[in-house]
Amino acid sequence: MTNSAASETKPEVVIELKQMNKWYGDFHVLKELNLTVTKGEKIVVCGPSGSGKSTMIRCINRLEEHQAGQIIVSGTELTEDLKAINEVRSHVGMCFQHFNLFPHLTVLQNCCLAPIWVKKIPQAEAEKIAMKFLERVKIPEQADKYPGQLSGGQQQRVAIARSLCMNPEIMLFDEPTSALDPEMVREVLDVMVELAEEGMTMICVTHEMGFAKQVADRVIFMDRGEIIEENVPTEFFDNPQSDRTKLFLSQILNH
Amino acid sequence: MTVHEFKPDLAPPTSARGVVGWLKYNLFNGPVNSIFTLLLIYLVIPPLLSAFQWIFIDADFIGDSRDACTSDGACWVFISSRFEQLIYGFYPSEERWRVNIVFVSFALIIAGLIWPKTPQKTKLAIFSLVIYPIIVFYLLIGDSFGLAKVDTHQWGGLMLTLTLAVVGIVAALPFGILLALGRRSDMPIIRSFSTIYIEFWRAVPLITVLFMASVMLPLFVGSEVDFDKLMRALIGIIMFQSAYMAEVIRGGLQAIPKGQYEAGEALGLNYWQSTGLIILPQALKITIPSIVNTFIALFKDTSLVLIIGLFDLLAIGQSALADPAWLGFSTEMYVFVAFVFWVFCFGMSRYSVYLENKLHTGH
Repeated sequence: MTNSAASETKPEVVIELKQMNKWYGDFHVLKELNLTVTKGEKIVVCGPSGSGKSTMIRCINRLEEHQAGQIIVSGTELTEDLKAINEVRSHVGMCFQHFNLFPHLTVLQNCCLAPIWVKKIPQAEAEKIAMKFLERVKIPEQADKYPGQLSGGQQQRVAIARSLCMNPEIMLFDEPTSALDPEMVREVLDVMVELAEEGMTMICVTHEMGFAKQVADRVIFMDRGEIIEENVPTEFFDNPQSDRTKLFLSQILNH
Repeated sequence: MTVHEFKPDLAPPTSARGVVGWLKYNLFNGPVNSIFTLLLIYLVIPPLLSAFQWIFIDADFIGDSRDACTSDGACWVFISSRFEQLIYGFYPSEERWRVNIVFVSFALIIAGLIWPKTPQKTKLAIFSLVIYPIIVFYLLIGDSFGLAKVDTHQWGGLMLTLTLAVVGIVAALPFGILLALGRRSDMPIIRSFSTIYIEFWRAVPLITVLFMASVMLPLFVGSEVDFDKLMRALIGIIMFQSAYMAEVIRGGLQAIPKGQYEAGEALGLNYWQSTGLIILPQALKITIPSIVNTFIALFKDTSLVLIIGLFDLLAIGQSALADPAWLGFSTEMYVFVAFVFWVFCFGMSRYSVYLENKLHTGH
């Protein structure tokens, strides 16, 4: 475990949720969430569908608005202020369940688009960076293909490379393997494990419990908009504290 | 452990190949199909043959008066004697070289834009959208650079039809895009303005719009302001068509999954960047058939300007029918006018098919 509470220097806090609440109309989706993530930490978020786990991480880069409480990412608080939002988004990469690659652009163009237009990097340099990350996710040979010509696993790896091209400090993964054929899950998880080993700060919504055991520093269990339990993986899986967690684990592990 | 042997790939069966195979499979596939095939051949072939005979075999092509038309077929002499008027309208004959320059340069630009290997296509596109219209404007109107002035009421025929259609198409598309984006905007004022605009212009017939532009507008703004009649018609057409275009494009925008917007946002692109780079390219691609459909409708709708006294191709053709020297040849004129319209509309249609295939990036 990399929990460095014992060490002298305090680890740098990169994400902080304080008493965060969100409603969809009258429906209270997220209730009083508190969460602190330090640099390099890997958090796995799990829970039944509708528990608000995706909504929570989507609040962290303001794809969803929160209505009460605070979200502070890399020292910037998320408010209505567009500058603050863009500032946060430039530090935070995100991968989606359905990849959301741009189908009208090639793999390489997908990766270069944001560096060229947001970071104003010259095209040649952006392509060099993109090829570097495509090599890291092991598909440089697909650079000139269109997303529609790739398998699901390859598309998700392109999506990860596309996020990495913006050089993010934090990566958010919203069920990155849920839409994949079983044979393709491994190749995506391998890339994510590698990324974790390189020290990337990650928050990952997933049901891949093997991945959670392998890389997570903490596992968070959510239900009905609340964080029910938060613990290191060994404790979380072997000795769950709440009965709700026990029920959930028995349902997903014994099928 | 047994090693599984995969079956080798085989060629498909040959029974469905070749001309005979194709005929058998598509036209004479069972008794009902065969009867329909024969019935259709019986119904379609004889009219086609007699039309062919009328247009080509029995037709008269050479001569300069109706006396040259002695056979039973079409009298194309009528068209050739009126040809210049059909193309240039009442544009003075000694100035028609100016129109010819525009025709040729326009054709070259279109060819340059369509041909896939044109170098510096972006520059050509910018030139043709920004500088070229100004050159054409001064070339056709004249009254400067030593060119004689040709009033727009002297314009007519094909050149007028093309002017109305091209300006209408080129202007309606960007306005339509802005209106479509406006109607989906989060800002209430922009959204309601766009909605009201679209719903108003879509709800009135084009004839009414043209009539209002030509008759009512001078009443409102006072007769001392002399708006050009062609300009008024153009503004009416653009206003009207951009509302239609907006709804077509809005359909495309609605078909783009929410995830595309979110991916753009998550990467830090701002509204205009993600709209211009991610959303619009996809929305326009899927709406190409409907956009071209609207263009084709616009092209043909230009003939409605005859009700406000502008002589487009159809109006010139109709006025020629009233010539006592050529009474009785209305069929030839209408067939010719229809053929010219068909050539342009069919061209647009084929180009849209080509574009769709070229932009198809799926499997």
